[in-house]
Amino acid sequence: MNILTGTGGLVRLILRRDRVLMPLWVVLLGVLPLAYVSSYRELFPDAASRQHYADASAANSGFTALYGPLNGSSIGALVTWRAGFIPVVIGLITILAVIRHTRTEEESGRRELVGSTVVGRHAGLAAALLTTLVASVVMGAILALAMVGQHLPAAGSVALGAQFAAAGWVFAAVGAVAAQLTSGAGSARGLAIVVLGVAYLLRVVGDLSAQSGGPLGWLSWLSPIGWAHRIRPYEGEQWWVLALVVALTAVLALAAVALSARRDVGTGLLPARLGPAAGAPGLRSPLALAWRLHRGLLAAWLAGFAVLGLVFGGVAKSVGDVVGDNQAMKDIFARLGGASALIDAFLATAMGLLGLIAAGYAIQATLRLRTEEANLRAEPVLASAVGRLRWAASHLFFSLFGPAAALAVAGLTTGLVHGLNTGDVGRELPRALGAAMVQLPAVCVLAGFAVALFGLVPRLSVAGAWAGLTVCVLVSLVGAALQLSHWLLDVSPFTHIPKIPGGALSATPLVILALIAVALGALGLSGLRRRDIPTV
Amino acid sequence: METEAIRIEGLVKTFGPTRALDGLDLTVRTGEVHGFLGPNGAGKTTTLRVLLGLLRADAGTVRLLDGDPWRDATTLHRRLAYVPGDVTLWPNLSGGEVIDLLGRLRGGLDGNRRKELLERFDLDPRKKARTYSKGNRQKVALVAALASDVELLLLDEPTSGLDPLMEDVFRQVIREERDHGRTVLLSSHILAEVEALCDRVTIVRGGRTVETGTLLELRHLARTSIQAELAAPPTGLAELPGVHDLALDGDRVRFDVDAAALEDALRALTTAGVRSLVSQPPTLEELFLRHYDTAGSDTAGSGSAVAEASR
Repeated sequence: MNILTGTGGLVRLILRRDRVLMPLWVVLLGVLPLAYVSSYRELFPDAASRQHYADASAANSGFTALYGPLNGSSIGALVTWRAGFIPVVIGLITILAVIRHTRTEEESGRRELVGSTVVGRHAGLAAALLTTLVASVVMGAILALAMVGQHLPAAGSVALGAQFAAAGWVFAAVGAVAAQLTSGAGSARGLAIVVLGVAYLLRVVGDLSAQSGGPLGWLSWLSPIGWAHRIRPYEGEQWWVLALVVALTAVLALAAVALSARRDVGTGLLPARLGPAAGAPGLRSPLALAWRLHRGLLAAWLAGFAVLGLVFGGVAKSVGDVVGDNQAMKDIFARLGGASALIDAFLATAMGLLGLIAAGYAIQATLRLRTEEANLRAEPVLASAVGRLRWAASHLFFSLFGPAAALAVAGLTTGLVHGLNTGDVGRELPRALGAAMVQLPAVCVLAGFAVALFGLVPRLSVAGAWAGLTVCVLVSLVGAALQLSHWLLDVSPFTHIPKIPGGALSATPLVILALIAVALGALGLSGLRRRDIPTV
Repeated sequence: METEAIRIEGLVKTFGPTRALDGLDLTVRTGEVHGFLGPNGAGKTTTLRVLLGLLRADAGTVRLLDGDPWRDATTLHRRLAYVPGDVTLWPNLSGGEVIDLLGRLRGGLDGNRRKELLERFDLDPRKKARTYSKGNRQKVALVAALASDVELLLLDEPTSGLDPLMEDVFRQVIREERDHGRTVLLSSHILAEVEALCDRVTIVRGGRTVETGTLLELRHLARTSIQAELAAPPTGLAELPGVHDLALDGDRVRFDVDAAALEDALRALTTAGVRSLVSQPPTLEELFLRHYDTAGSDTAGSGSAVAEASR
């Protein structure tokens, strides 16, 4: 039997299992830059205004940190630059996709079942990598076609597509290696995401150093994210960088194969540690169990929000520098932000973004209920003297206080760093913290929606809850630009959050949102009390 | 104190178009070990989940420890322990942590008993749950249940992953539990285990009870097979109503006989003169297979009626 026998069948299995998820990210990320094309064309109709904007932006360290270097002033260059964070998102998605189809399968024991059939030793790994690599290429192709459709230069469009695909390739291979090292899918994900984070940070430090003429510009060349930016779409494409990407992907994939050949199915190369022989005295309530199940997630999100707060706080002051003394630019930015002060508008937008991300955490924490039920782990708990509501409350504690803590951390770090920059921590800290915390009612509405789905239609809860967040993200990102109807904008709870700092703070919408969240939660819990468990 | 730990009458549970339970009856007396037998998909796990108040009954009455399992779930759960058929544990908790957690959630754990059971089941409680095999996960759930101070044990195929040595330990432990006056409902596939442990047995099929009673009563319903060497060919044996599959080979005779006709058949043999006689009582396997055969489904209702009548 060949070591790759059965790969075709496993590819079909992956396509069947991901028939919704995979087309979603492939198409969505492929067409997302279209929104930037239209908004830049609208904002900067002539070359002169683009040049002015590009000059100011290229010198802004905050933008360089977030989006990467800006290589020119053409529409294509601006769009490429503005889409500079998307490769990181693509890297994250391909990491998750590969681990989902390798280590998660192995951890659940399904790999064993499949492995006992006529399937080669490396077929599972090969199928997961192959589908993810091809999906990345398809995403790149969609992007290139979409850009050509917008009458942008063909070569640059292909390079931009290649840039997106490159990020997918390298991190799919990183995920494949991580999946061989640990025996748990969770720790494999953590390991690969740390690699992604390091790659991003290397790129940021390298680019910032290069921007200020410092000596550390070479650091960007250590980062696959940095390579993606150095393909330079629309501004003198450097095609040879793609060879680096392909070479690294191949090396990592071969390393994953070599590692996989040296270990047994179900084990990792890093040894599993022993745990305590007895439960700590405190491990005696559903909440204590929930803490064990949620603490890793909580720590990761708090760390992530702290980093985001540092970035936003660090960037905030320089947002004002972009426009300098140009009155026309000031007008444009004021209109964009919808508020008077540029920095306040930036902070309000940043906090709105944090709110959306925090809602993702709230949904993830809430859906742990569904995971526990579907994996039959809720059964032994509910067969003890623990009622359904108490069990649900133990997890919902983390869907409420987890995002609240994450927002508080982000607000505090933003305010602290920004305050240190402006020399007035006493003013900026409470303002940023307040701006972060007002997001909480909207976050709770989405969590409440997830609880309602879980209680009433558990089978649809995972898809439905994430669809709800997707609608909110789309409304926030492109709603105003596409001039959607008010009704559609109003669906998203984030539309109703006061735009502070800068805007007026009104308690009414916050109270109403909180009441809606409570009502949705109560609806879900009453459904949970009545329904069969497990509903699988 | 009630004399019946569990009483289920006419229990119906549907999942969409599927009728998982279709008028199931089950009575478990206080202090007995009750075997709950049935093929895959017969509705054993569904019944246990109804008893735990996890699933809501569509029709029928269910009493558990003199309470309503749906309404009084949490109070009743203090008095029982459950071992699921499909034990899944939290991968990042150690076995010892899971045992302590489940025991405490139930309302308390006997530390000495826990230690003793860990030794007898040869389980390392320090390993993370993700590294346990199916059998070891089952041991974790068993130790957590058996070390709890409860009146009733609900066990859903608890030994399906255990090796024969551990199966033996399990039997000893369950006998001890019975001697301590605990009631056990044991859903199982392993007939030898049920024969060794259970006072009474209920056999379900397609969501219905097809047979219930003591093993002796159930045997009474089945045929005994007889082999004899006779002095002369028997007379009148073939005409006896309860005799089946009669095979005559000179002075050797082989046949199966219903319990009711056993006396007449033996009289016919002794009349002819018996040189040797081998009698085999019906095994549980035969009982079981008789009801599991699809052809046997028609006799389902009458079987349990006979069992009731024969008491």
